[in-house]
Amino acid sequence: MNRQIVQLFALTLVLFGVLIAFTSRWTVFEAASLEDNTLNRRGLIEQQQVPRGLILARDGDTVLAQSDPRGRGKQRTYVRSYPEGETFGHPVGYSYINIGEAGIERSRNDALTGDLNEFGTIFRELQSKEREGDDVVTTLDPAAQRQAMELLAGKSGSIVAVEPSTGRVRVMASTPSYDPNLVQDQRVFEALVEDTEQTPLFNRAVQTNYQPGSTFKVVTAAAALDTGKVTPDSIVDGSSPQTISGLPLANSGGVSYGPITFTTALTNSVNTVFAKLGEQVGTQTLVEYMERFGFYKDPQLDYPEDSMRASGVRNADQRLVTSGFDVGRVAIGQGGAEGQVQVTPLQMAQVAGAVANGGKLIRPRLTDRIVGQDGRVEEQIDPATQSQVMKPETAAELTEMMTDVVNEGTGTAAALSDVQVAGKTGTAEVRNETLNQVWFIGFAPVDDPQYAIAVTLEDQPIGTSGGANAAPLAAQVLQTLLGGG
Amino acid sequence: MSARTRELFGLIPVSLLVCAGFAAVLVAQSQQASDLTATYGAVFLGLCVFGHLFIRARLPDADPYLYPLAALLAAFGLVMIYRIDVELAREQAQWFVIGLVLFCATIYLLPDHHVLERYRYTIAAVGIALLMLPRFPVIGEQVNGAFLAVKVGPIQFQPAEFAKLAIIVFLASYLRDTRDVLVRSRLKPLTPTAQALLYGIPALFFLLLVLALGLAPVAAVLLGVFTLSAVSLVRERPSLKHFGPLLLIWGLAMLMLIVIRDLGSSLMFFGAFLALVYVATARLSIVGVGATLFLGGAAYLGTTVSHVQSRFDTWLDPFDPELYEATGGSFQIAQSLFAQADGGLFGQGFGQALLELPGGGTILPAAHTDLIYAVITDELGLFGAAGLILVYLLFVARGFKTALVASDGFSKLLATGLTAVFALQVFVIVGGVTKVIPLTGVTLPFVSYGGSSILANMVLLALLLIVSDHARRDRDRAGPGGLV
Repeated sequence: MNRQIVQLFALTLVLFGVLIAFTSRWTVFEAASLEDNTLNRRGLIEQQQVPRGLILARDGDTVLAQSDPRGRGKQRTYVRSYPEGETFGHPVGYSYINIGEAGIERSRNDALTGDLNEFGTIFRELQSKEREGDDVVTTLDPAAQRQAMELLAGKSGSIVAVEPSTGRVRVMASTPSYDPNLVQDQRVFEALVEDTEQTPLFNRAVQTNYQPGSTFKVVTAAAALDTGKVTPDSIVDGSSPQTISGLPLANSGGVSYGPITFTTALTNSVNTVFAKLGEQVGTQTLVEYMERFGFYKDPQLDYPEDSMRASGVRNADQRLVTSGFDVGRVAIGQGGAEGQVQVTPLQMAQVAGAVANGGKLIRPRLTDRIVGQDGRVEEQIDPATQSQVMKPETAAELTEMMTDVVNEGTGTAAALSDVQVAGKTGTAEVRNETLNQVWFIGFAPVDDPQYAIAVTLEDQPIGTSGGANAAPLAAQVLQTLLGGG
Repeated sequence: MSARTRELFGLIPVSLLVCAGFAAVLVAQSQQASDLTATYGAVFLGLCVFGHLFIRARLPDADPYLYPLAALLAAFGLVMIYRIDVELAREQAQWFVIGLVLFCATIYLLPDHHVLERYRYTIAAVGIALLMLPRFPVIGEQVNGAFLAVKVGPIQFQPAEFAKLAIIVFLASYLRDTRDVLVRSRLKPLTPTAQALLYGIPALFFLLLVLALGLAPVAAVLLGVFTLSAVSLVRERPSLKHFGPLLLIWGLAMLMLIVIRDLGSSLMFFGAFLALVYVATARLSIVGVGATLFLGGAAYLGTTVSHVQSRFDTWLDPFDPELYEATGGSFQIAQSLFAQADGGLFGQGFGQALLELPGGGTILPAAHTDLIYAVITDELGLFGAAGLILVYLLFVARGFKTALVASDGFSKLLATGLTAVFALQVFVIVGGVTKVIPLTGVTLPFVSYGGSSILANMVLLALLLIVSDHARRDRDRAGPGGLV
């Protein structure tokens, strides 16, 4: 009988091994998918019982999101409230048990809930510390953000301002917006979701497929200058119309400039010059420079990935394409069914920022630091270079040219009395040329750039322009950011 | 070092665990460890030492590891239940005291387990009666569709826990007597023609049946194994007369499925039965026939009895929204898996698992009984859970060791049966909680909350120790060179 008993023990070993194997399956190998299961509400319930950290503005003082206790004792839960309401609606987002999370609330969820890795949990256990969320100090400037939202009130559009040397996003305004305090009401939330006309839940700063118009000429100019195709003083042919890809292309208002310097061509936003230049630079090089500027991938922002959209040339199916399009028209921010430049305001602010920062593109970010409840800085986010877009000399040349745009060209409305501003305007005809998308991108001060900005407004009537309608808004926000609004 | 001294030293880690565990839970719940911790630990240790002294006096040669391992499991269970509900832990502690009394009484009243052989039919009758008890009107109680409990006044009790002991004792005793006559050992080799006919005809029959009925692969394999085992068994020319009681047991297991409607406990009983038959006869053919008949029966019932069927469905697809919402649906198993996922590698720590919803209500149904393993995994992680399984494995190893050392057939079979049923119970509940098999309401021995379970398992432990005491004394008397 002993042999059978030993065999029976071997069988027990196998069966118990199966038990351990299945336990590891649920605890380790399939844990992530179980945690993501929609039936699994544990994460949300646990989060409700832990006070989330504060979300603060740049000054570390202005509260953008806080947790308010409800009930007492073991039944105590916390509910989020947003003192600034609609003003910071898009960047901050919301966090409610019934509808989930959005914005910084989502991208910094782990820090806000004090979620640690396995070892961190054990460490906290050993110190017998209560689980608590950390505070997130954002890069957002409360005064400038409020002003930007006021300037956009009643319109659809976006204003984004970044610090070129650090990537800190100082303003992320998008209208129409929503009040995150109200979306915890399921009906309000659903109404917002269903509003396809205004799309208030849509963050226009990072999610749009706007046509950049002539602001894209900055990208073309950077590629052309940096590859030595042209210098600021090169004489170029500004006559109109010219044949681009077999079709005639005219300048704005049909103005024919004749032989002019390249600087003058940017100052007056001469389409024919930049379209020809685009053809000279070629598709491959232009795409390469676009990629260096950050096009063709999601913004490298600490913001939920599925709430961002990559800028780039997209075909009629909204797919990103890197060849086969009309490079001449793309070079002036246009295109056709086989490829049209589509951008987000953040991307265009980054284009201005790269020029301002000596050609070096810094990764954008909304979080400055994460601070524990004891006041200790848990994590300081340092500037990270995304790419060297162009040579510093090229950036300097382009800065000078963009300064001329503000001083004597299309962008004079962006000028400030005591600070030199550089920039570029854009006016894209949309909806079968019945409406305009107006743009201004730029930075200031020119000699020591502190802020880069992109301003855009949707669906403005014919007769509007980036210079007249977007540039003044940029001037006001820059003034506020630079102090003494 | 004598066996008893080793046993005493084995209790030290147990007492440490109790103190540490209570301290951890108290700290987690009230942010401070009170003197209560030490008190609880001391009382528990005192009871353990009392049990130890009793063993020292009555069973000086018994296995030194079984008792501390059981105490370890009990201590662990007590801490977990304390963490889930302080009141339940108090009741559980009372049950342990009663269990210890029953444990001592068993050892005191039964100096020699061979006495049990004399009463085997009485014991079998009592076992069957116990199993049927929950189906009787008035006292019977249906829990989640299964008839497992009896309620007399305020006391609810699970007769199946005791029935398993009775059935094992009966089987061990019966099989010891009949194992030599159940099958004939020396067989004349068959002529090639006879052999071909013997295997050929059933094989042909099997093929025809598979083709004619268009059986699913699982069913075909089941039928194939059955045919092969049955042929081998017939070739052994078993004694039908002696098989009668065994067939009765098979019928009983099937009946249990119908009457009690609990897949887990019938699997436990029938598994132990097959294990014993195999150890007694060394015939895989019997196991093959038995197992296929059981699985066939279970599959049939699984598709006809709605309660068993829903258990099957929830097992196969616990995340189906419809099953999840249904009463008695997959909510429990799904939550069990979610709780385990929360635990991860190291767990969330004692007292940290989420058991209650903020607005009241429970997120983990039957956390203190069926799902206690999920709570353990949640709080102590994969390592803690694997450690627990390891303790069970050590206990089972000592049980089988006892069977190996024992010199007579009854002792061997009794120790094997008790150990096998114990191991199967662990497998059935942990397997259910981890979705290896459908989840059924069986307790985790020594750990789950439940008076009947503790009492029955204390008796099981006492019986194992009695067998062990005799076996080791006989071995030592026989001198060195015996079995290890």
